[in-house]
Amino acid sequence: MRNLWIFISRYNAFFFFIIFFTIGVVLTVRNNSYQRSVTINSTNKIVGDVYNNLNVFKKYMNLGSVNDSLAVENAKLKTEILALKNIDTAKDVVVKDSIGVPQYTYLSARVIKNSITNRNNFITINRGKADGIETNMPVISPGKGVVGFVQDVSDHLATVRSLLHKDTHISVSLKRNNAVGSLVWGDRNSDYRKAYIKEIPNHFKIKLRDTVVTSGFSFFPSGIPVGTVSNTGISTGDNFMTVEINLFNDFSTLQYVYVIKNKLAKEQTELEAKLPNE
Amino acid sequence: MNSRLVLTNVVRWFILLLFQILILRNLSFYNMATPFVYILFLLLLPFGIPNLLLYLIAFATGLTLDAFYDTLGVHTAACVTLVFVRILFISVTVSRDGFDEPEPTLGNMGIKWFLLYAFLCTFAHHIVLFFLETFRLTEFSYTLLKCLLSGVFTLFLVTLIEFIFYNRKVR
Repeated sequence: MRNLWIFISRYNAFFFFIIFFTIGVVLTVRNNSYQRSVTINSTNKIVGDVYNNLNVFKKYMNLGSVNDSLAVENAKLKTEILALKNIDTAKDVVVKDSIGVPQYTYLSARVIKNSITNRNNFITINRGKADGIETNMPVISPGKGVVGFVQDVSDHLATVRSLLHKDTHISVSLKRNNAVGSLVWGDRNSDYRKAYIKEIPNHFKIKLRDTVVTSGFSFFPSGIPVGTVSNTGISTGDNFMTVEINLFNDFSTLQYVYVIKNKLAKEQTELEAKLPNE
Repeated sequence: MNSRLVLTNVVRWFILLLFQILILRNLSFYNMATPFVYILFLLLLPFGIPNLLLYLIAFATGLTLDAFYDTLGVHTAACVTLVFVRILFISVTVSRDGFDEPEPTLGNMGIKWFLLYAFLCTFAHHIVLFFLETFRLTEFSYTLLKCLLSGVFTLFLVTLIEFIFYNRKVR
């Protein structure tokens, strides 16, 4: 027993290493799963405050371009309202949706922390449980494009797992022929302006500069523009093809985002959970 | 360990971590090389610290970085690995019974020793960091490339900072 003790204390560096390294790896693995309980991240009060204060300066620097994009969006919405007003309602049969319209409601939020340089990137926004944010809500950018899913929520802050993360898959389709694929980022690419669509069946003809939109199969509403096809010549060797796209959304200058509340999200997940395992 | 040494290290911890979180977090070359200069703090910790304390400091530093990077556990494991390599390297190269110098800085130990020391520690840290972050082997070669480029970048910045604050000990 004494010899064992001497042995351990002589090589204590190694044993300490094993202990602490194991703790680190366990934390990483737990953090990778969806259900997380530890909140040592940027939804934390202290960490969130640091980023919030830092962001005050950043906000002013980008004020001009943010204003422009909001003005453009306003103009577009105004046009749509005008178009809707001109519809001859007398001819239409009004169908009352018993669940109550609309299915989707948007909630604007300010980005207080953003990263694009890591393999797995997260965004922190200044809305939380108090504003009705829940985990797995989809997030889009006001101009064009998808941003990601809400990952963790605290009272007044939330982290968003951005598209630039290895676990983010978004169902998208090509506007021209409705070919559905899965949008992912990474895989020998760390350019935040490019992403890949995987698992498109081989028989579809895809051209350069085809527009890609969300399909509506994941929690995103359908038809949100995502990007344009930039490379179709990636060989995979199986029955599905991979297509490279240029994203509309510039992740490096993200300032404001919309969180989408889907009234039927809970119902959909519950219903789909009843399906036998695919 | 005297109080001046403790104070120096506490100040260094704050400066390097703030530098890392507020400035270097947004910096990268073509998203391939990302510097992690905060490890300079762990490299420069005094010789006399007992191993357990060394590991606890590395653990706390890693956890703080993880909170700001939203990558719980990744930096922690990497920092602990760095400290392990540090202990091994120092026990092999520096005589145990009398540390002449309080800290392993470039000015105290000479450029050859410091470069090898920083090289080994940086790459141990970066390999663990990048592979834990990616957490899959399908992107092995790509991750390794990113890891190498980032390691060179970090090493460059670490040596640069050491040269700026270079003061040769008066013998």
